Amino acid sequence: MRMLKAPMLTAMALLGAVALAAPAARAAGDEIHLPATGFSSDGIFGTFDRASVQRGFQVYREVCASCHSMNLLSYRNLRDIGLTEEQVRAVAADVQVPDGPNDEGQMFERPGRPSDRFRRPFANAAAARAANNGALPPDLSVIAKAREGGPRYLHALLTGYADPPAGFVLGEGMHYNRYFPGHQIAMAPPLNPDQVEFADHTPATVDQMARDVALFLHWTAEPELEQRRQMGIKIVLFLGVLGVLVYGVKRRIWADLH
Amino acid sequence: MSIGLHNSEFKNPVIRWVDSRLPLFTMMQKEYGTFPTPRNFNYFWNFGALAIVSLMIMILTGVFLSMNYTAHTGYAFDSVERIMRDVNYGWLLRYVHANGASMFFIVVYIHIWRGMYYGSYKAPRELLWMLGVVIFLLMMATAFMGYVLPWGQMSFWGATVITNLFSAFPLVGGHIVTWLWGGFSVDNPTLNRFFSLHYLLPFVIAGVVFLHIAALHVTGSNNPLGIDPKGPQDTIPFHPYYTSKDSVGLMVYFIVFAVLVFFVPNMLGHADNYIPANPMVTPTHIVPEWYFLPYYAILRAVPDKLGGVLLMFGSIALLFVLPWLDGSPVRSMRFRPLSRIAFLLFTVNFFVLLYVGGKPAEEPFVTISRFSTAYYFAYFLVILPLLGRIERPLPLPESIARAVLPRGGGPIRMAATAKPMEKA
Repeated sequence: MRMLKAPMLTAMALLGAVALAAPAARAAGDEIHLPATGFSSDGIFGTFDRASVQRGFQVYREVCASCHSMNLLSYRNLRDIGLTEEQVRAVAADVQVPDGPNDEGQMFERPGRPSDRFRRPFANAAAARAANNGALPPDLSVIAKAREGGPRYLHALLTGYADPPAGFVLGEGMHYNRYFPGHQIAMAPPLNPDQVEFADHTPATVDQMARDVALFLHWTAEPELEQRRQMGIKIVLFLGVLGVLVYGVKRRIWADLH
Repeated sequence: MSIGLHNSEFKNPVIRWVDSRLPLFTMMQKEYGTFPTPRNFNYFWNFGALAIVSLMIMILTGVFLSMNYTAHTGYAFDSVERIMRDVNYGWLLRYVHANGASMFFIVVYIHIWRGMYYGSYKAPRELLWMLGVVIFLLMMATAFMGYVLPWGQMSFWGATVITNLFSAFPLVGGHIVTWLWGGFSVDNPTLNRFFSLHYLLPFVIAGVVFLHIAALHVTGSNNPLGIDPKGPQDTIPFHPYYTSKDSVGLMVYFIVFAVLVFFVPNMLGHADNYIPANPMVTPTHIVPEWYFLPYYAILRAVPDKLGGVLLMFGSIALLFVLPWLDGSPVRSMRFRPLSRIAFLLFTVNFFVLLYVGGKPAEEPFVTISRFSTAYYFAYFLVILPLLGRIERPLPLPESIARAVLPRGGGPIRMAATAKPMEKA
């Protein structure tokens, strides 16, 4: 038995080491420590706080959307964060989307429908650069998955603007940010106190808006998150019970051998 | 009996009818039912079965993913995200497939480790082992090309770095790279051929797996003691004993798999791969998937590009000749006190390589990777051949049954009941 346990322990060590080593695979760079902001989506039971996500959508719509596209989302997806059918239609109809060609072969504009993708602020990347001092505002659809730290990083970035430390040379038109890699970001501080007016009278502080929009962007990146975790809990519980039964069967079968 | 028909032992008339004409049922009964298997497998012997399950999961999810994937530089990234959002349970398919690759490699690494620790590569299983190394190589090629398909930043730059390795070869290098790319940079033709090959290679793997298993069923399995079964008292039928034992391992495998897929589906991936591929922007640190990191570390440990490439390919090529590098007739490291230490160090060293492979190419990681690379090669080329000559192995047990049954009383009784003529 002693001999059998040593390899088993080794196996556990191997698995554990893979789990430990994998994050090490991520690029190191200069260490930036994110503040430990809590989100409703944290943990295996975490969900998207609907009120916060909806406020976050409002921040995106009124602030971020003037520069950042959201190409992977359709207006119909907003039903998933609790907007009613009428609200979704109203949000969609609020924008003019290009369509066509019509019977005369002409392109035309019409009010948006729930099936339309979020309207992009610029026709193409060149137009976006031209309007933004040469910088390209990234599409935000999966930004929470595309940055280490996810929503925590986004919140930190949005609240991380500061004066550069003495001796730090900022590039032309750049801004100092504590959490941006390299600390120089082209985006001007996007949030100012009371920039939006929340329908639920939540005070629109920079921190609050950053929290809400970070959670909204977590939802746009992982809209399946709640369903995934609920399914996962059921499946792991099921496998646990089945595993105990299978182990019992194995013991019964092997009993006559020992 | 009747000419041309197999004499089937099955009672069910339909099964009997089929089996008489095509003895599939007899074959399954022989190879997976009554197949005599050493009675002393530990749970490390689960991993062959787990590897097959992994391959089946990858092929099944992959077939369905390909129905919704678009292999075009302009659409690939969005089509993957569309699978995640608009295909029913598409997120599940994709996360199972992406994490399935990691699970497959974890399982296969442990499977290889088991083979190396218990000497499963030694005579008469050399060809069985070499077929396994072929599977491992095909897996690496398949996984590499699969990682390119989502067309994120790491897909693109990983493909650029790895294909560029071939440019290190003198004279023909540049031509090989152009030929691999189907153009003058990683672009649409590259993505298209990678998709085609990524779909093809798993079926090649399945074919080699068949050969691997066919060879296994000629020699029979090795076991933790590394000694041959000497008679029926040393073996038990595969079913129900090892079907039930493999099922226990399968449950643990599924639980680990489920935790990855449902709770941390992107933990083993890289955030940069959710940024669409951009040939104009190079990521700060280009790192391959975790399962390639040890070889990536070996590649970068050498200051010379061609040297690094040769060493990296050499590190796997060595596995092919492992049966002839290790001259010791004793299989299991349990009875080889010095080799056991050397191999456990080799194991730790492999994780050191994995760790430094994911770190930027700067100190102290470069120096560590050089020492680790040196030990990796020394183990195969110096330590094993040397220990094969000078090591004094511990005394081997008389038989499997005598070693594993309680108080040694069992084997004598059981040996007495065994018919002598049945002994192999």
